[in-house]
Amino acid sequence: MAAQEQQQPQSRETETEVDVPEAPPAAPEAQASDATQGVDDLLDEIDGVLESNAEEFVRAFVQKGGQ
Amino acid sequence: MRVMGSETEYGIHAPSAPGANATMMSARIIQAYATVTRQRAAGGAETRWDYTDEEPLHDARGWTVDRAAADPSQLTDQPPVLDAEAVALAYGRQELELDGSDESGSLLMNMVLGNGARLYVDHAHPEYSSPEVTNPRDAVAWDAAGDLVALATVRKVAADTSLPPINLYKNNTDNKSVSYGSHENYLMPRLVPFGDIIRGLTPFFVTRQVMCGAGRVGMGQDSSTPGYQISQRADFFEAEVGLETTIRRPIINTRDEPHATADKYRRLHVIIGDANLSQSSNFLKFGTTAMVLSLIEAGQAPKIEVHEPVQALQTVSHDTTLTTTVRLLDGRRVTALDVQWMYFEAAAKLAQETGVADSVTGDGHTHQVLAHWESTLTTLGTDPDAAASSVEWVAKKSLLEGYRNRDGLAWDDARLGLVDLQWSDIRPEKGLYHRLLSRDRMMRIVDDADITRAVTEPPSDTRAYFRGRCVSRFGRDVVGASWDSVIFDVPGLGKLQRVPTREPLRGTRALTGALFDRHTDAASFLAELLGQKPPPARS
Repeated sequence: MAAQEQQQPQSRETETEVDVPEAPPAAPEAQASDATQGVDDLLDEIDGVLESNAEEFVRAFVQKGGQ
Repeated sequence: MRVMGSETEYGIHAPSAPGANATMMSARIIQAYATVTRQRAAGGAETRWDYTDEEPLHDARGWTVDRAAADPSQLTDQPPVLDAEAVALAYGRQELELDGSDESGSLLMNMVLGNGARLYVDHAHPEYSSPEVTNPRDAVAWDAAGDLVALATVRKVAADTSLPPINLYKNNTDNKSVSYGSHENYLMPRLVPFGDIIRGLTPFFVTRQVMCGAGRVGMGQDSSTPGYQISQRADFFEAEVGLETTIRRPIINTRDEPHATADKYRRLHVIIGDANLSQSSNFLKFGTTAMVLSLIEAGQAPKIEVHEPVQALQTVSHDTTLTTTVRLLDGRRVTALDVQWMYFEAAAKLAQETGVADSVTGDGHTHQVLAHWESTLTTLGTDPDAAASSVEWVAKKSLLEGYRNRDGLAWDDARLGLVDLQWSDIRPEKGLYHRLLSRDRMMRIVDDADITRAVTEPPSDTRAYFRGRCVSRFGRDVVGASWDSVIFDVPGLGKLQRVPTREPLRGTRALTGALFDRHTDAASFLAELLGQKPPPARS
């Protein structure tokens, strides 16, 4: 499960007494292979979300100046 | 903690109509929100912006720029001209009729929202300016509420199959040499010398990007050098101090437009930040900056000066290892994290002295900012990749590195450019930040329910409460509003009633909530409000 390989950076720094408002609870450290699997799952999901024809889409995103 | 607020100019793009005019599309976005909220239909008239107190050419260093000498884009105290005639000239009558302009022929360019925010067309982008809040947690909530407002407009436009769908992006550049801003505003006492602000803030602004940069694929304004950098905005800054916001952008912006009692307050207008989707980066941006302003006011900012700060800003942005050093005027070479630690330690010491960080008797926010600031710097200093859930540029980099590792992509591969762009698509199903958030890979500072509430509810503890309640309660009788006024046109009263709101911490729920509860119509509401406390005559 993706949620299980999620890593809160604070969990590695327990000595700093982190007190973050309403942060989700730290997940247990996951095995490296699970982490790799999680990244693969994520990339697979995002492959399906990305606009098709990256080159044309990025080229057509032209903005007028702002502040 | 301090009165503050955010401004977001969204990138705007219609993929199926790449030549569409950006100002027209932006007006369509505002129009869509008026339809969603039924604000215009219900009131029969829009709440127009009151430009009386806009002073974009006043320089905080003590002078005013001549109008003729100013860049036209600096004249933000005039309503944008996009009337029926201008549109017809540019697009032909036919498009005008398709575009939902009202009977008078004017396109809606500005709205004041029930949550106290302003939604309007700024140059060629739709902009959401958040209501005034008093702490960084609320700043995150009402800034994120703007993204939901933007989402509602995108959905509304998409539902109209006769017009091309419009995408909105919460980013700051098209990677083709154009940048658009995400600004912060902080209320300060007028008596703080502006020179102190410049000296105290510059080293901080050069380096805070390590916590709040949103990340960018490409180096240089036109992205011509392949690579990845920390900040969206850094390469677009060319000056140390200045009045401009659209050209020769300065690290410290001197626009002196207080939108409040001018001899008591200044509004520090910060233009150097990246637009943040990451709640953690956004929380740190507002929280740490507010604390640094307290240091400056107390005369306790670190006594350091960065050599050639514009170059240093870009040097820091271009080094994702966080090991590069910048030179201080005293000869020391320090990393961005070193500078941040100096500010952190000074801020922690001041908070200790004043007691604001006490977890019981303090202000309820400072101790959270300090704890998160410290833990973020610690993580960035030991294992930067471990900050992927809390620091936006690290989160984006981690995703990009995933693609590079899996598919062997070079930094100039268009797919990485697309990941960078689509990171900031505000639609949850398309935006890559939102995909990570839905997998709990991004830290939440504010509950989703609080953000949803902030779309319609104003903050309770600033004058935004008064403004927002007036709009949502008496919208049909409110003909104009601005940061420091609400203008009523009540049938039977004969003339317009302008209620000044020049004190940002008045007009709160505590002061006016009962008044709103007692009255169901604007006439009796105004009678009690003005009868008790007539507004001071304007000179």
